[in-house]
Amino acid sequence: MKAAVIVFPGSNCDRDCKVAIERSTGAHVDMVWHGDTALPDGLDLIVLPGGFSYGDYLRCGAMASLSPVMAEVKAAAERGVATVGICNGFQVLCEAQMLPGALLRNEKLKYVCKAVDLEVTNSQTRFTAGYGSRRQATMTVGNGEGNFFADEQTLDRLEGEGQVVFRYLENPNGSARDIAGIVNRRGNVLGLMPHPDRAFETELGSADGAILFQSALASA
Amino acid sequence: MRAKVHVFLKPGVLDVQGKAVEQALHGLGWGGVEHVRVGKTIEFDLAAGDAAAAEAEVKAMCEKLLANTVIESYRVELA
Repeated sequence: MKAAVIVFPGSNCDRDCKVAIERSTGAHVDMVWHGDTALPDGLDLIVLPGGFSYGDYLRCGAMASLSPVMAEVKAAAERGVATVGICNGFQVLCEAQMLPGALLRNEKLKYVCKAVDLEVTNSQTRFTAGYGSRRQATMTVGNGEGNFFADEQTLDRLEGEGQVVFRYLENPNGSARDIAGIVNRRGNVLGLMPHPDRAFETELGSADGAILFQSALASA
Repeated sequence: MRAKVHVFLKPGVLDVQGKAVEQALHGLGWGGVEHVRVGKTIEFDLAAGDAAAAEAEVKAMCEKLLANTVIESYRVELA
């Protein structure tokens, strides 16, 4: 099993992601610099980590979404490789138009950093199959711009087609319809604001995030 | 040629910064203030011969990077 974590200038959860994936799945994890124009061969999972890529300048994730490596990430996702964007990574995926919608400034203008309880809204995806009949998971969020927005029609479609994967039980940032994470139509690209990489062993308060990485790699 | 690009959240997209500024203005006694929107202006020099070509180029920049048209609208000024 082989995974890659993309490192943008300003990423700060890149090494957390590497450790989280290694410890929860045993997979080999390569770190890939954003300026690279090729990905390692035979990847089963690509992770875009949290952080403040390009200092969050212009819009969160905007410039990162146009990094040279993103053309390769898009091509890999089109080939069906499981791709996860966490927090800033979710913003990058939206900016890259690999996922619908956008992340706005939090409703209360406040940076929210805490553990949140999530509903596993769809456990039939390749990222959530391991949750089985469990309907709840706990992870932490840390974001100032995690307020998911899409127009009503897009939200209806996301809900209707099972693309809403996680919801907040108590909405911390004003996200439309309590959405915490979504997948693309094909189901191989996941974006979520909560951090599975900060919840991969019980010592961290929750090991629920490990299930996400395990599911993603088990599905490869 | 100098280009100015004004970017704002679209009508209907909640502008929490605008809301906070509006409340602050109300608090200072300007009760008649309504519908505050906070946007940004991006200015740059552009080597371009004619205005039409420049406008097309700046619009392409907006679509590609300067604005996220899912949530934002933009207006271009050339001088």
